[in-house]
Amino acid sequence: MSTNASLPRWMDLLLLPLMNLALAMAVASAVVWAIGLEPGPVIGLLFKGAWGSASGISYTLYYTTTFVFTGLAVAVAFHAGLFNIGGEGQAAMGGLGTGLVALAALQWMPGLPATILVPAMVLGAMLFGAAWAAVPGALQAWRGSHVVITTIMFNFLAAALMGYLLVEVLKEPGTMDLQSRAFEPAARMPGVHECLLALGVDWPATPLNLTAVLAVLAIAAAWWLLWKSRSGYDLRASGHAPAAAQYAGIDPRRQVMLAMLVSGAFAGLVGVNEIAGVHQRLLPDFVAGAGFAGIAVSLIGRNHPLGIALASLLFGTLYQGGAELAFEVPGFSRDMVFTLQGLIVLFAGALSTVLVGPLARLHRRWSSGAAQGVWP
Amino acid sequence: MMELLHEIGVQAGTLIGSTLRGATPLILCALAGCLAERSGVVDLGLEGKMLLSAFAAASVGAATGSWVPALAVALALGVSMSLVQGWGCVTHQGDQVVMGMALTMTAAGLTVVLGGAWFGLGGQTPQVGDGARLTGWFTDAAQSVQALPVLGPMLGLGLMGHNGLVYWTLLCVLLVWVLLFHTRFGLRLRAVGENPLMVDAAGVSVRGLRHQALALNGMLAGLAGTYLVLALNANFIPHMTAGRGYMALAALIFGKWNPLGALAACLLFGFLDALAIRLQGAPWPEMLGGGTVPVQAIQALPYLLTVVLLAGFIGRARAPAALGVPYLKER
Amino acid sequence: MTACAVRMRGIHKRFGAVHANRGVNLTVAAGSVHGIVGENGAGKSTLMSILYGFYQADEGSIEVDGREVRIRDSREAMAAGVGMVHQHFMLVDTMSALDNMLLGAEPTWRLHSARAELRRRLCALMEQTGLQVRLDVAVEDLPVGERQRLEILKALVRGAKVLILDEPTAVLTPDETTALFAALRGLRERGTTLLLITHKLKEIMSLCDRVTVMRAGEVVLEREIAQTNIDDLAQAMVGRRVATGRRAAATDDGPRGTAHRPMPAGGPHREDAAVGATEVTPGPLMKAEGLRWLDPLGVPRLDGVSLVLRPGEIVGVAGVSGNGQTELLDVLSGLKVPTEGRLSVDGEGFSPALWITPARARELRVAHVPEDRLHRALVLPFAAWESAVLGYQQQQRFGRWAWMRRSAMRAATAEMMDLYDVRPRNPDLRSSKFSGGNQQKLVLAREAQAGPRVMLVGQPTRGVDIGAIEFIHARLRAHRDAGGAVLVVSSELDEILAISDRVIVMNAGRVAGELPIEDCHEAALGRLMGGAVH
Repeated sequence: MSTNASLPRWMDLLLLPLMNLALAMAVASAVVWAIGLEPGPVIGLLFKGAWGSASGISYTLYYTTTFVFTGLAVAVAFHAGLFNIGGEGQAAMGGLGTGLVALAALQWMPGLPATILVPAMVLGAMLFGAAWAAVPGALQAWRGSHVVITTIMFNFLAAALMGYLLVEVLKEPGTMDLQSRAFEPAARMPGVHECLLALGVDWPATPLNLTAVLAVLAIAAAWWLLWKSRSGYDLRASGHAPAAAQYAGIDPRRQVMLAMLVSGAFAGLVGVNEIAGVHQRLLPDFVAGAGFAGIAVSLIGRNHPLGIALASLLFGTLYQGGAELAFEVPGFSRDMVFTLQGLIVLFAGALSTVLVGPLARLHRRWSSGAAQGVWP
Repeated sequence: MMELLHEIGVQAGTLIGSTLRGATPLILCALAGCLAERSGVVDLGLEGKMLLSAFAAASVGAATGSWVPALAVALALGVSMSLVQGWGCVTHQGDQVVMGMALTMTAAGLTVVLGGAWFGLGGQTPQVGDGARLTGWFTDAAQSVQALPVLGPMLGLGLMGHNGLVYWTLLCVLLVWVLLFHTRFGLRLRAVGENPLMVDAAGVSVRGLRHQALALNGMLAGLAGTYLVLALNANFIPHMTAGRGYMALAALIFGKWNPLGALAACLLFGFLDALAIRLQGAPWPEMLGGGTVPVQAIQALPYLLTVVLLAGFIGRARAPAALGVPYLKER
Repeated sequence: MTACAVRMRGIHKRFGAVHANRGVNLTVAAGSVHGIVGENGAGKSTLMSILYGFYQADEGSIEVDGREVRIRDSREAMAAGVGMVHQHFMLVDTMSALDNMLLGAEPTWRLHSARAELRRRLCALMEQTGLQVRLDVAVEDLPVGERQRLEILKALVRGAKVLILDEPTAVLTPDETTALFAALRGLRERGTTLLLITHKLKEIMSLCDRVTVMRAGEVVLEREIAQTNIDDLAQAMVGRRVATGRRAAATDDGPRGTAHRPMPAGGPHREDAAVGATEVTPGPLMKAEGLRWLDPLGVPRLDGVSLVLRPGEIVGVAGVSGNGQTELLDVLSGLKVPTEGRLSVDGEGFSPALWITPARARELRVAHVPEDRLHRALVLPFAAWESAVLGYQQQQRFGRWAWMRRSAMRAATAEMMDLYDVRPRNPDLRSSKFSGGNQQKLVLAREAQAGPRVMLVGQPTRGVDIGAIEFIHARLRAHRDAGGAVLVVSSELDEILAISDRVIVMNAGRVAGELPIEDCHEAALGRLMGGAVH
């Protein structure tokens, strides 16, 4: 798996990701400099854009919510030894599930209160996301088809399905826009600014909605599942040591299915944030690359829910700060954030082993030096 | 009657032509993937390599007005990305899937950033001049052949008059096939993807072979990128590869990691794509529900077919045995 | 005086603390078949690996054909005329036999002409040696015997004058073995020198001209075959310590059936039998009949093994490793399903259609201490308390509904660590950070604390320090004394002799013989292990 036995725990979980992040930022800064901007001020403006105003903070947290879900999706599967790249498609399907529940209610049972509709939409999101992940999972478990390739294929299939449904079936009559009918007012996740207003606090209107609370719950749930539940034990054993898991009587196929179902369910919750929380109608391409961002989040968060929470905050910062920068700084485009994202995956994921050797040697020299009284 | 047949010929010819033109980048990427994966390295970075080389070719082409330096730079960049992949995955046993994702994500962002900064067109590059574009071959012959009944337009529109790269690509398929199955290098490359331990014991460098395979992979992917901006279109548009790199991988798997099989698969996928475009908005028979042809279904077919193949429902797709497993010399 | 094909002088090789070769001298006459015999750990594989370039000797020299050579890798070995046929074939399954032989030695870059040329040379070679291989068939479609001939031809066509064969008959049927030997004799006629690494004494006697017996890194016997016999070889292979082992066991427990052994649960004590009461053997705890298991190549690794485990006994499985011992434990514990055979545990019967599973085995109070400690018995990245419940994590006491009761698990671990003196006493420490001995003690504690009746134990003290070895042996004896049964597989004959009440010897997937501990003389054991009794 991804634990490095040659490094002490703190180096593995804290220092290594920070160093990888630093390297990625260094290269990104070089690119920024290459296009004629000063990296220092750019970074400063980025943080200001993300955290310098109530509106900025809200947007940052709104993005963070989405990244928490896709990051957890990748992480849970990772712990079972699977690489789920299908977060993009599973999130799209989650949105579909949310939308279908709302549209069905609109069509056949109008007037249901929000206390029923919203949980139903959340459930729909999780079910659809889980189902979309379940097929590649089943193919891996029973037919041996590699989950990496099948999940990539399923991303494209999800896009095609969404395209078809929005064009042919669910399209809002009367417009040329590719969108479904609007949901009922009750079928939406309340915005945070509305809740704060009800408490007497003045807050700018932003897409930040109560799904953020779900994100916090998801972090807790993932942590509980992996380290506090019996299923989590089986899952992690399967991922670390398949031979030992077989010895322990753990059914590998069950673990694959469980991991993919939970993974897909987490990814599906993106649909709640976007469809129920922001748009209140079905749209194509609302995921907008969040699935891939989830891979980066999971890698730099070392597949631990807490790490993912922090990494999601980082990426939320980057996305919101990047959007602000694109407004304010001529010549800066949001794609710089995507570039940095790719660099993070490069250093924290693909090249992570490169640093481990030298770090381990340094640690050995340092600790033997300390033992001999060379260092204080 | 003859006119109807002739019309059919024209339609068929156009379809064949679009298929070939659309399949060309797929074929090149599938060949690239074939070489890498046959040597044991998973290549999910095809999309990124194609994108970055496309951008490079478009930029250099727009700046210099000639396709020669554009092609050269594109090839160099493709090879460079593959070398980074080799350094991370082969020399340092990094995760190959993650590396592919990293290359693609970085390239996707970088191309837009640089394009926007250098050309100020929101990420696009300016149209390249005629000197940089790859022109059609056999255009005169194509014109004259078209006059022939029925077969004429099929040949003329379908097989002739394409730009040089299309024909080069078909030649590449042959070359890669010969390389893999009729040369010493190909024998060793195939062996290293199945049983690297055996190759190592025979005294041949496993890493060397994989690096060489990746270098060729980079060149082919660079060629695919060049095609996109100098032949198919005339400039670079952000994210223009639109998933072709993954479709090429699907075609490779569908073609069972064989260059000829991959060619057939790419032609099939290219045909489906051309068909989808052709049928866009066309009416769907009333007795099947009415409305328009569900082009998304046709577009989804390549991916669906690949999944079905991977699940083992239409024959077995047997990947190279050592695919994706970094090689560690153990004694 | 025939010329010397290979002369190795004063070879020393250490792997860390293990002195694998201690000043080994080997002289192989040209055109002869020279056998190298020994148990596991005797050093014969190391010696041959040095000759073939896989390792470099720390000290000593190698001469091939009278010239001193430096062999740093397999290429240089081939250049010196030394070829090797490995026990695990190095072949690419999807390619043809011809292509496999071509790989690495292609004369030109054009395969067409290279293949044609090689084909010509191979046809001539196949004529001369009588070793037939279908050149255009993919290796995966060739039977095992043909693959081995392929490996031999591969070495010969590269110009090997000296051929090392590592346990060549391990995967062959008796017919294939006969065919191989005929071919090897033919090679000897042609002047090829053959070095045969094996532990099968019958083969040595029937094929070789000269034999070297190694034990514990040294050469203990070197003789012309005509001047020796199986018993001498068996004795030399196994060594004098057999007697000491038995004596040690005798002094440990006193004479069998003494009163100071506690009563086993259920069934009369053997003491009664000695006193003259009717011999009523207690019902068996585990009974296996006719176990057969084929590996992916179709080779039977278990070929009709039957055994019985009764309460209050330790049964040791002796034999050179690779003769089915690992597969036996895997089948009995439910990790592998046999192609034929029956198993009965505590009255419940199992057949291949519905074989026992690891979970069911635990329910039936069969515990398994796996041979592969690092990858099967433990999950290395897990904390000690997590590894300490591996296999038992679904039990009532360790959780309620979906919740894992971490405190209960840690408490159980702490108790295990106390009882079995596992150090450091830290349940939160990662399993990989414990020493081999402590890891093994933890695994043993886990399995013993579950209250099993049958314990299946594989290599209990491999990589374990002396103090821990004594401790582990004492625990196994205690289990037996409490009425349980233990089946111990070990490649250390010392260990088997020290703790077993009865010893079964496995050879070629079968039980070669079974002896009560009193009858375990070196000659008898050596013959059984060497496959001499069939």
